[in-house]
Amino acid sequence: MITLEQVIKELGSYDGRPIKIMEVCGTHTSSIFKHGIRSLISPKLELISGPGCPVCVTSALYIDKLVEYSLMEKHCVLTFADMLKVKGTTMSLTEAKAVGGKVRMLYSPLSAIKLAKEEPDTQFIIAAVGFETTTPIYALIMEEVIKSNINNIRLLTSMKTILPALTYICDNEKGIDAFLCPGHVSVITGSRIYEELVMKYQKPFVIAGFEGEHILGAVYEIVQQITEGSFHTKNLYPSVVSVEGNKKAQELVEEYFEEVDDDWREIGRIPSSGLRLREKYHSYDAGSSFAASQTDSPKGCRCRDVVLGRIHPVDCPLFHKVCTPMNAIGPCMVSTEGACGIWYKNGGKNQ
Amino acid sequence: MKINMSYGSGGALTSKLIHEVFIKYFNNPILNRMEDAAVLKVSEKIAFTTDSFVVTPMFFPGGDIGKLAVCGTVNDLTMMGAIPKYLTAGFIIEEGTELSEIEEVARSMANTAKEAGVKIVAGDTKVIEGNGGIYINTSGIGEIVKTGISVAHCRQGDVILVSGNLGEHHAAIMSKRMEIDNQIVSDCAPLTGILKELMKEKVPIRFMRDITRGGLATILNEITDSSLCGVVIEEGNLPVSAEIRGFCDILGLDPLYMANEGKLLAVVPKAKAKRALAAMQRSKYGKNAVILGEITEGNSVTMNTRLGGRRKIDLLYGEGLPRIC
Repeated sequence: MITLEQVIKELGSYDGRPIKIMEVCGTHTSSIFKHGIRSLISPKLELISGPGCPVCVTSALYIDKLVEYSLMEKHCVLTFADMLKVKGTTMSLTEAKAVGGKVRMLYSPLSAIKLAKEEPDTQFIIAAVGFETTTPIYALIMEEVIKSNINNIRLLTSMKTILPALTYICDNEKGIDAFLCPGHVSVITGSRIYEELVMKYQKPFVIAGFEGEHILGAVYEIVQQITEGSFHTKNLYPSVVSVEGNKKAQELVEEYFEEVDDDWREIGRIPSSGLRLREKYHSYDAGSSFAASQTDSPKGCRCRDVVLGRIHPVDCPLFHKVCTPMNAIGPCMVSTEGACGIWYKNGGKNQ
Repeated sequence: MKINMSYGSGGALTSKLIHEVFIKYFNNPILNRMEDAAVLKVSEKIAFTTDSFVVTPMFFPGGDIGKLAVCGTVNDLTMMGAIPKYLTAGFIIEEGTELSEIEEVARSMANTAKEAGVKIVAGDTKVIEGNGGIYINTSGIGEIVKTGISVAHCRQGDVILVSGNLGEHHAAIMSKRMEIDNQIVSDCAPLTGILKELMKEKVPIRFMRDITRGGLATILNEITDSSLCGVVIEEGNLPVSAEIRGFCDILGLDPLYMANEGKLLAVVPKAKAKRALAAMQRSKYGKNAVILGEITEGNSVTMNTRLGGRRKIDLLYGEGLPRIC
């Protein structure tokens, strides 16, 4: 058994070939700063962010549609906090609210049901955005809507799954040597989903929690696998992540949603990477569209390169100069899960 | 009974509201005269401040908008080395508010004012259209007992103290809004007692600030900007209860950026640090006080993490949580 001190010592003095590790989840990006991980490991071990912020990869046209609904008479958009500030092609939901749009924050799935019952004349549109961690919540809402025979809730979906995005990165971005897999998503999906990626791409996929010790442990595991040239999925978060994942949540999602090719803002179309309501529940869909919806990035904005792990936020010429959380140019700066926002808040300009 | 627009007319119903609620609870000779302005006798040097309160929900575990409105202004005065003496209270009440709620808020203000040793000597009431909300402005004056307290007066080698556990007000408000069931209670409290204890010990306070919106991180950055110095704090000394830590882990919050309503940061010379700590720990709202770090050379805020790493602590950007006070 190796001690934490030994792990820190080994990672601090690592002098092998440079290794680039992508952390897929925004919470990991935050934790890396919070625990000062970069100051503890060798500069030859590079930690780079990936596409794990659902808000950052939600298409601008989708946000436009939410804005449109918020401004319609007798309509109200329900959303989790992060979606409020991201701009569509014209405005954000916060801006829509300022000109009379009706937008409310969703704190729990059941609060949506409560609202719908209290205000039967309002048509509630739920902004169903997120990865595997949040999709079961929308499935729960659907279950309750049907059970309680509620007819004033509809979903505008832009739900995504992480595995196709990782596959896309493995196919197209050659510089990533290993993946720090998202702890929360893995609770739902299970560790098994990474096995085909390990087989196909011969890279370490290591699941970890969010404490500093967890992250250091994962980096250490990755260094071991690469040094030994033997790759496998390693689950360092076994207290909550199982091989099979949360079967109940998976079944619930399976009941209401089906796979669809989907567009990721800044990346483009990724096969089978989205979820939409199944045909038999289409009457609950508020017109979710999966048509090509790529919009050009603002001039100079390098969110695409950030999302794909090609550069660190500090390498974007707009970072901290023009683009700040107060005046965000690209989506990665707006969201609390976005890599640019996290780097900015943690004084990333000096890292 | 619900408030309607006639309570703001300036006529009989306004008078009824003032007498049956505000005078009843705030009751003191200066206010009771009911003239156009309070006439006060004060010492030569006073501190004077104002603050408005719009918190939602109005009632939360550990306090309410009334207690907050008194503590907020009392604490701002205290931080400038003043013993708070007199407050004014302006109420903007939306129609539809229950009279019993106004009464509860007034009772809570009166109790808090009594504890803090201040009198509410003037007030105003307006009623507006709306949905049953209450907004309160308080202004206050206090007599200066310690001069020269400033964010620009910190010097290399000085020590930073924090008076207790962080994040409780923020977490209590958030829990109530999100309908999360837990035992978290707002720390909302008047901090004058801590100043009094520090003065008893003759601690030469360089700087004091109540740790409200923006959290500890924001104040530490203000120190580096104004005193042209660096700050180093120790994660291992950060006072955070196990319950708040769990709450933060689940919701992705950071206690360094969370609002408090009954905590202060003080900077004192190193030689007086232990004495200052003991003084804080003796006072009612300073039992969990700690020495958190020190003023160094440099120009940024750094935290030595529990694992031995270093983390740069920047300002809070964007909104922390709207309408928290």
